[in-house]
Amino acid sequence: MTRRAAKASPAPHTTVVVLRLYVAGDAPNSLQAIANLEAICAEHLKGGHRLEVVDILEDPRRAMAEGVLVTPSLNKLLPLPATQVVGNLSDKKRVLLALGITPHVA
Amino acid sequence: METDIGTSKAAPHPLPKLPTGIEGFDHLSHGGFPRHRTSLVIGGPGAGKTVFALQCLVNAARQHGAPGIFVAFEESSSQIIANGNTFDWSLSSLTPEKLFIMDAHLSPTLITAGDFDLVGMLAMLAAKQQEIGAQWIVFDGIDVLLALLQDPAAEVRELYRLRDWLAASALTAILTAKTGSAPNFGFLQFMVDCVVRLERHQEDRISVQTLQIEKYRGSGYAAAEFPLSFGPSGIEVDATKAPDIGHKASMQRISAGFERLDAMLGGGVFRGSSTLITGVPGTSKTTLAGKFIEAACQRGERSLFVSFDEGAEQIMRNLSSVGIALKAHVKSGLLRMHSARTEGISAEDHLLQISALIREHRPQCMVIDPLTAIAKSGALGAARTVANRLIYRIKDEDISLMVTALSEAEGLGGEATDLQVSTIADTWIHLSYLVRGGERNRALTIVKSRGTAHSNQVRELILSDAGPSLSDVYTAGGEVLMGTLRWEKEAEESAKQTRHRAEFEHKRRELRLAEANTSAQIKALQLDLERQRAALTLSSGEDSLHTTSSNLRESELRKRRGADPARASTKKHANGAAK
Repeated sequence: MTRRAAKASPAPHTTVVVLRLYVAGDAPNSLQAIANLEAICAEHLKGGHRLEVVDILEDPRRAMAEGVLVTPSLNKLLPLPATQVVGNLSDKKRVLLALGITPHVA
Repeated sequence: METDIGTSKAAPHPLPKLPTGIEGFDHLSHGGFPRHRTSLVIGGPGAGKTVFALQCLVNAARQHGAPGIFVAFEESSSQIIANGNTFDWSLSSLTPEKLFIMDAHLSPTLITAGDFDLVGMLAMLAAKQQEIGAQWIVFDGIDVLLALLQDPAAEVRELYRLRDWLAASALTAILTAKTGSAPNFGFLQFMVDCVVRLERHQEDRISVQTLQIEKYRGSGYAAAEFPLSFGPSGIEVDATKAPDIGHKASMQRISAGFERLDAMLGGGVFRGSSTLITGVPGTSKTTLAGKFIEAACQRGERSLFVSFDEGAEQIMRNLSSVGIALKAHVKSGLLRMHSARTEGISAEDHLLQISALIREHRPQCMVIDPLTAIAKSGALGAARTVANRLIYRIKDEDISLMVTALSEAEGLGGEATDLQVSTIADTWIHLSYLVRGGERNRALTIVKSRGTAHSNQVRELILSDAGPSLSDVYTAGGEVLMGTLRWEKEAEESAKQTRHRAEFEHKRRELRLAEANTSAQIKALQLDLERQRAALTLSSGEDSLHTTSSNLRESELRKRRGADPARASTKKHANGAAK
């Protein structure tokens, strides 16, 4: 466990992970997604990331233009390839998979 | 239209509806989809759900200037546009302000990590609605979206969310979903006010498409299945009018083609009536139909000639050989000739095609030759209903119709009865062959003619370059004679008459002769008589002389013998006998 964490920690420093999370105001799923993502980032990215949270209720046109369909929706813009995860991010394993992060616990 | 929204909600007025612009559907649904409410279009793959929904939006935008939003879950917007461009909608020319297609095609590689909802999407759509002033919205393939939720409870939750959002949005909405695909299908049907089912099934290797309204809250509707097809303008539903029998019964008669036939029919056929001509191949059904159309054109009436599996040019050439000239009428625009192939086209498609022709040309008289062609492809059951509906449709339009039908065998059987057209047709003319004496001759019979004291007699139909005509037939010994046999019979009859006349003359002469003879005999006899009278006079003179002398002699004797006078006569008698 510790060995893996040590191995993973340099990654965020070399490659910055750019994330954008689309939420819909204070809808339960959206609030949950923010909390879940913050926890994941704190645990696995150690600050080596940039996260932007877009509230669709405030800027629906932008979300439309950026191809968002359902909320909450997380886009990993960098590193490439770009991936998209929808849902409240409660399924941590799948979130990590989508973000290209090797989980600490298999 | 916009001002009466408030009042229609308050008063118990009929449900306000928005026409879809799909003529047949608007009739069936008595005006279209319920305004500001949600309708569901369900059906299997390829049943036309997407086209149906998209067509509603295109029509709303084009015909009523009402903008719409199309949310595509199943296909990408470019696919939708490409499909839409196969119709004459000029979809690409509709600006996103009139028709906004939202690409909601969810990528198959999309990762779901936990529960999600439609809050964001609905917020985006609300913004779009405000932006373009949308009045319609379509969620195409709502089942695809719901399937992603992977949780029946979540599905119901989102459906409720959607319903509430739609209710508050003042949008007229159409949801489409594949039949039975969503686990909450029952709920989906419950939450909407109107359910339309599109179906595609195979009948005798021909795919038949139908539309049926399954539910319409607060409104009457035609509940039956109606055929649907894809024309150049998109979906066409075959139900342009309420399917009831409301034909006006005209008392006006028009020519069935030519005088003798009209005479047999008691003055022609009624305007707006239907005439069925049956017969085996080659009995000149087309000729009669052609004559009917020519007569119509000569009266200056717009006419339509629909032929199957025989080109218009060919028909006109063939008809001109029997003195029926249609070309000039085609040129003047009075007559429209339409020939269609039957292979691989379902009966419903024929119906829609013919309906479109009627709409375009507005004929007063029309011919379908042969009607039985529609039964060639596809199922008989379908063809039967189509044939019936076609005839009723044409009657509704008050068009005088003549259809021909092929019968496979001699007699009144065959396809015409298969299609059961004979029961709907007002007049039924049957053509047959009579083979006798090495000849085939055409016989015409009027099997029925409603409201008409028609002739019951069989007539011989004769074709010449002056057109068809009818001739009386001979019935001899219970058999009908035609053609050469009729001619022979006619010749025989006239010979017989000549012979009769000659015989009569002869007899008269004989009688005269006999009369002359008799009078000659009378004369001779009279001469004889006179001669005999003369002789008699002479002989009676001699006798008196003789009597006197013998009397004298007798009295002499008496005197001498002294006999008594009383016995004298007896004695004299006895003496006479002894002599």
